[in-house]
Amino acid sequence: MENYVIEMLRIRKEFPGIVANNNINLQVKQGEIHALLGENGAGKSTLMNVLFGLYQPEQGEIRVKGNAVKITDPNVANDLGIGMVHQHFMLVDTFTVTQNIILGSEPKNGVVIDTKRAEKEIVELSKKYGLDVDPKAKIRDISVGMQQRVEILKTLYRGADVLILDEPTAVLTPQEIKELMKILKSLIKEGISIILITHKLKEIMEVCDRCTVIRKGEGIGTVNVQESNPNELASLMVGREISFTTEKAPAQPTEEILKIKNLQVKDIRNAMMVKGLDLSVRAGEIVGIAGIDGNGQTELIEALTGLRKAESGKISLNGKDLTNLSPRKITESGVAHIPQDRHKFGLVLDYAIGENMVLQTYYQKPFSNMGILSFKEIYNYANRLIEEYDVRTPSPYTQAKALSGGNQQKAIIAREVDRSPDLLIAAQPTRGLDVGAIEFIHSKLIEERDNGKAVLLLSFELDEILNVSDRIAVMFDGNIVANVKPDETNEQELGLLMAGSKKQKVGDQ
Amino acid sequence: MFSNRLFNIFVPIISVLLGLFAGAIIMFAFGYNPIEGYQALWDGAFGNSYFFGETIRQVTPYILTGLAVAFAFRSGLFNIGAEGQVIVGWVAAVWVGSSIEAPMVIHLPLSILAAAFAGALWGFLPGLLKATKGVHEVIITIMMNYIALHVSNYLIRNVISDGGDSSDRIGDTASLASNWLMELTDYSRMHYGIIVAIIAAIIMWFILEKTSSGYEFKAVGFNPHASKYAGMNVKKNIILSMVISGAFAGLAGAMEGLGTFGYMPSHSAFTNLGFDGIAVALLGGNTAFGTVIAAFLFGILKIGALNMPTSAGVPSELVEIVIALIIFFVASSYIIRWFLLRMRKEEK
Repeated sequence: MENYVIEMLRIRKEFPGIVANNNINLQVKQGEIHALLGENGAGKSTLMNVLFGLYQPEQGEIRVKGNAVKITDPNVANDLGIGMVHQHFMLVDTFTVTQNIILGSEPKNGVVIDTKRAEKEIVELSKKYGLDVDPKAKIRDISVGMQQRVEILKTLYRGADVLILDEPTAVLTPQEIKELMKILKSLIKEGISIILITHKLKEIMEVCDRCTVIRKGEGIGTVNVQESNPNELASLMVGREISFTTEKAPAQPTEEILKIKNLQVKDIRNAMMVKGLDLSVRAGEIVGIAGIDGNGQTELIEALTGLRKAESGKISLNGKDLTNLSPRKITESGVAHIPQDRHKFGLVLDYAIGENMVLQTYYQKPFSNMGILSFKEIYNYANRLIEEYDVRTPSPYTQAKALSGGNQQKAIIAREVDRSPDLLIAAQPTRGLDVGAIEFIHSKLIEERDNGKAVLLLSFELDEILNVSDRIAVMFDGNIVANVKPDETNEQELGLLMAGSKKQKVGDQ
Repeated sequence: MFSNRLFNIFVPIISVLLGLFAGAIIMFAFGYNPIEGYQALWDGAFGNSYFFGETIRQVTPYILTGLAVAFAFRSGLFNIGAEGQVIVGWVAAVWVGSSIEAPMVIHLPLSILAAAFAGALWGFLPGLLKATKGVHEVIITIMMNYIALHVSNYLIRNVISDGGDSSDRIGDTASLASNWLMELTDYSRMHYGIIVAIIAAIIMWFILEKTSSGYEFKAVGFNPHASKYAGMNVKKNIILSMVISGAFAGLAGAMEGLGTFGYMPSHSAFTNLGFDGIAVALLGGNTAFGTVIAAFLFGILKIGALNMPTSAGVPSELVEIVIALIIFFVASSYIIRWFLLRMRKEEK
């Protein structure tokens, strides 16, 4: 008999109208990194919430270290040594690292919190696992990667020996991902077991020992990662063959659509983030902007779409000046925008998915006549988009917030692409999505290009930039520092350019 | 067990029942008979045609202030200024009603519109400050309430009357009062205003549910970022929403000025119509239909309560407590929701 630290057997969890988990088995060995792989909405998070005591399963059995247990709430899970690091961090911004870690289980000296002792313990813990955090730093002053380590420390501090990490790399830069992987490896050396929820196959291949696959709420099985390969994992997850390199014909760029000249944009804190940037995108090409987050990409996109005022410079589309026009004017001029943050900008989550499909066009005919909405037209249109773009929703009347991330993103893409814009700006269009959805979105971007549209792609994923772009503009410190062709470069070179080192050989413009 | 829509209707009903129940316990604890008390409340609201007429009269401004608060709420704004908007609406209606002479077809609508316009103006200022300077509308509207109260008193004493404590009476051509309705209800002060209120509710429903402006208002209320992204003018929507909200509250003032009183007395304190409107909107789930229902409930409680001291010996302060308890239970509907969800879970 194997030595399992966690066993979830025949778990079934229902929500009104859907079965989120059906007959799923998950067995985690002591000291391994166990991947939980599945598409968006496959039921990974549900299963982990069952393990963490947030949901009660309708059926099935949970055993921790061989003993059958009932995990009725997260406190029980904590007592059993199960800790969870959520995708969205649960940290108090204005507190220090130490304050955050001890929050809820403060070491006391009489009635006073013994901060000194806590700090010492935290330093010891962080040394032991190679986490390297400053216990006195405030959360708002440290990087996202560091915040994540604080979350990990928080669970370790509470004595967890089984860690659940929910999509831990979704918010990290490539460098931070590498560090995290190192940390995970050192954690298992110390006897901690890890469950890694992810849909990134590369990470699974790199650090995981075994992998359990869930598809549409059903347990598909568990494989040894050593004996498997990315293709097999992907097809297990999606249920069909997946191609990783995006098929596309060479670009046939024609006339210039977007032209940015000497653009300067400030951020909210009044710091100049885009510093005299020049860029042009032609019809029939995809220009990828590569760069590390925080080098002015967000401000650039916001200035292009009218969400932020440009300080100086000129943005023109088809020769027409668009600088500092309102978002509506820019939209009507033929710019579509897939926003970076789909919950904040892309959707009105409380609106039905059908209503979201006309977010920019609701006031135009045939959706509105003399200011009166025609819901018949709106929902006819929504139904067509839902079908064409394979948005999986129970109905067009379902609230957008009830859809999975991948389907929300598909809805946005349907809405933006269907307006047939001259310029499509896609900011991190595949963030947090699974391979099936990524493949779909990439093919849509390329389809738009082939239809003679200009596409500007902003992404922090180098794979995506290299795969999809026809030309790569590397952004560093508010400027385009290099223009390279994807087939003449590699991740290494891009990584260096993104970090600000000058380009050695000169690529062609 | 039940759909979400039904669920949303269930929560306020249960809140009201719990409030009534808690009120019964309090009456009992103080040595009054709750059954007699509620019997008196019922009789006081529906017992005869006079009481019924008075109830409808009280319901009328509640509908309008409730709509005012609900409308602003739907676009993400908290209009505490309905109170001040009622007062300026009342002043404007009485002013126009008393100072000009015209045939009824012109005079009455003009007086009503004057009230709506005054309320709209009182909503416009906080809307403008919120949209352009980011000043929170709650602070501005509270201050606007005091300005309305004192400015109206000044106007009543010095402009619309000759130094008296109340304004001149409005002309008959500007009056909403109706002999027919009065006779029908045993000389209560019921007037045609209820029709105005119901029309206003229908207008609100229509704007929010059927027009592209309503689509914008709600989008801005749900998610201003996405609204801006979608090209909506968020600032314009904030201002417009406050203007419409203020107009509804101004109409409530017209109901008092042109219907119930026929003049405006100087006020030493707020009318509370606007503040009660907040509770009405909350209880009505910020929908037009819900607000009408909630306004009826409030009107019934308010008028029925007047009968409780005389016929059951229960002090009317206790009714205030019952109303407060109902609001408390609505405000804590989260708990009721949680409880219902739990029941729903266990039933499966």
